[in-house]
Amino acid sequence: MSLSEFFNMGGYAVFVWSSYGLTLVVLVINWLLPYQQHKKTLRKLKRQLRQDKQIDDTST
Amino acid sequence: MFKWFTKWFHRLGSPPHFYRIAGLWLPWLSGLFGILVIAGLYGGLVLAPPDYQQGESYRIIFVHVPAAWMSLFIYMVMAFCGVVVLVWRMKLAEIVLISAAPVGASFTFLALVTGSLWGKPMWGTYWVWDARLTSELILLFLYLGVIGLYGAIDDKRVAARAVATLAIVGVVNIPIIHYSVEWWNSLHQGPTVTKFDKPSIHWSMLIPLLLMALAFKLYFIISLFQRVRAELLHRERNSRWVEELIRS
Amino acid sequence: MKRLSLNQAFWYLLRRDLLLAFRNRSELANPLLFFIMVITLFPLAVGAEPNLLARIAPGIIWVAALLASMLSLDGIFRSDFEDGTLEQMLLSAHPVPVLVLAKVTAHWLVTGLPLLIISPLLAMMLGLDESAYGILLLTILLGTPVLSLIGSIGVALTIGLRKGGIILSLLVLPLYVPVLIFSASAIDVAAVGLSATAQIKMLLAFLFLALSLSPWATAAALRMSMS
Repeated sequence: MSLSEFFNMGGYAVFVWSSYGLTLVVLVINWLLPYQQHKKTLRKLKRQLRQDKQIDDTST
Repeated sequence: MFKWFTKWFHRLGSPPHFYRIAGLWLPWLSGLFGILVIAGLYGGLVLAPPDYQQGESYRIIFVHVPAAWMSLFIYMVMAFCGVVVLVWRMKLAEIVLISAAPVGASFTFLALVTGSLWGKPMWGTYWVWDARLTSELILLFLYLGVIGLYGAIDDKRVAARAVATLAIVGVVNIPIIHYSVEWWNSLHQGPTVTKFDKPSIHWSMLIPLLLMALAFKLYFIISLFQRVRAELLHRERNSRWVEELIRS
Repeated sequence: MKRLSLNQAFWYLLRRDLLLAFRNRSELANPLLFFIMVITLFPLAVGAEPNLLARIAPGIIWVAALLASMLSLDGIFRSDFEDGTLEQMLLSAHPVPVLVLAKVTAHWLVTGLPLLIISPLLAMMLGLDESAYGILLLTILLGTPVLSLIGSIGVALTIGLRKGGIILSLLVLPLYVPVLIFSASAIDVAAVGLSATAQIKMLLAFLFLALSLSPWATAAALRMSMS
């Protein structure tokens, strides 16, 4: 089977590849959103910690 | 044995422990997921022969059917977590319950859209009121109800318990809805759309299908772990273990 | 103070709710008016062709009944929630599911029963086949209590919310699907002169299932919302 034949999917290329493409997009989004949120929370907490430290340092 | 199990259960229920374990497992699970997806796709898109009736278009099955399975499976997981939430008031189960909902809704959405993309070449239209598509649509509404209810209640601990109740009510209703819709469909449509009905599937198609189903299950776990970790960190931001985690 | 038996508590609560409803007549009339108006809209929207109307009458009547019953749901617990009666109810010595059942019964008598009485008139206006009237009444008699029972769970879950209405419909409507399917189909079948026994039996099963399970779920949800 040639590559172009494979991508053509017997004339059903639009349906098959859009299904797979959409699945990929949804899965990636579902993976990416919590990943970014996790990172954001970590960063925020770290910054908070640093600020707390600075306040501690200046007060003592 | 039982003692060991309850100990393991309690340890798993502790947020710092789960956070750490989930973090350790994630890379392994992701690797396994990658292998399974590649194997499943290769088997499904390249090795499996075209269907004698549907030609190449049937290859949508390798994403559609696993997504549809997952949509039901995740609701069951949510209902199970709901029981744990209401009986033991376990914090972790609350978070798992609500983290699973968006993933489940995504899979339901995928099952719907891929189903209608498959329907276009098969039925000639994107949408027919086929029993499976219709019950999948109602399942999507159930998911959206869960997500909407959780979002609407400000106190997240109360929200989690309300959602737990809703998930259990939903799980009791799902079989009733499913069979009602199936019965309604058989009444109104006749046997025109039975092309999908239990084809005796050849092993060359079955194996990639099962591989993809397994891969989707793993994906659910990965996505769930990630959401739960993010949510745990956010909720427990004032606790000791998070502080220690940040310091280190 | 004398202690009420469970039976007495049930009847007192039922009578109290009915009394309150009759004192406030506009609330009594609203769901009914809504029901009639929705049904009036359909001929205006799809055209007044008698055959078409007769064909879709069961569906119209049932969708309208569904919406009317959903819109009135909020009234089951709203006023009691706002004046604190609900909290007292939860603290009482009687099992909450029974009290919930009393309230839902009162609610059905106030909102479901009028639909039952008015529906033959609307069926006549839509030109539904006369042989189906008996089944129509039967489906409403069996179906609307199920709607109230399922709906009470949704209301209990959303009672504390300011904008509970939209969420409530999102929660409740998918659960109404089986009742809608079997009721409309029963009338459909009866209109062409076939037996609707199977559908009626299913509705009966739904009613018993909802009667036995939903008061517990509602009670649990109420406790949660009030905590």
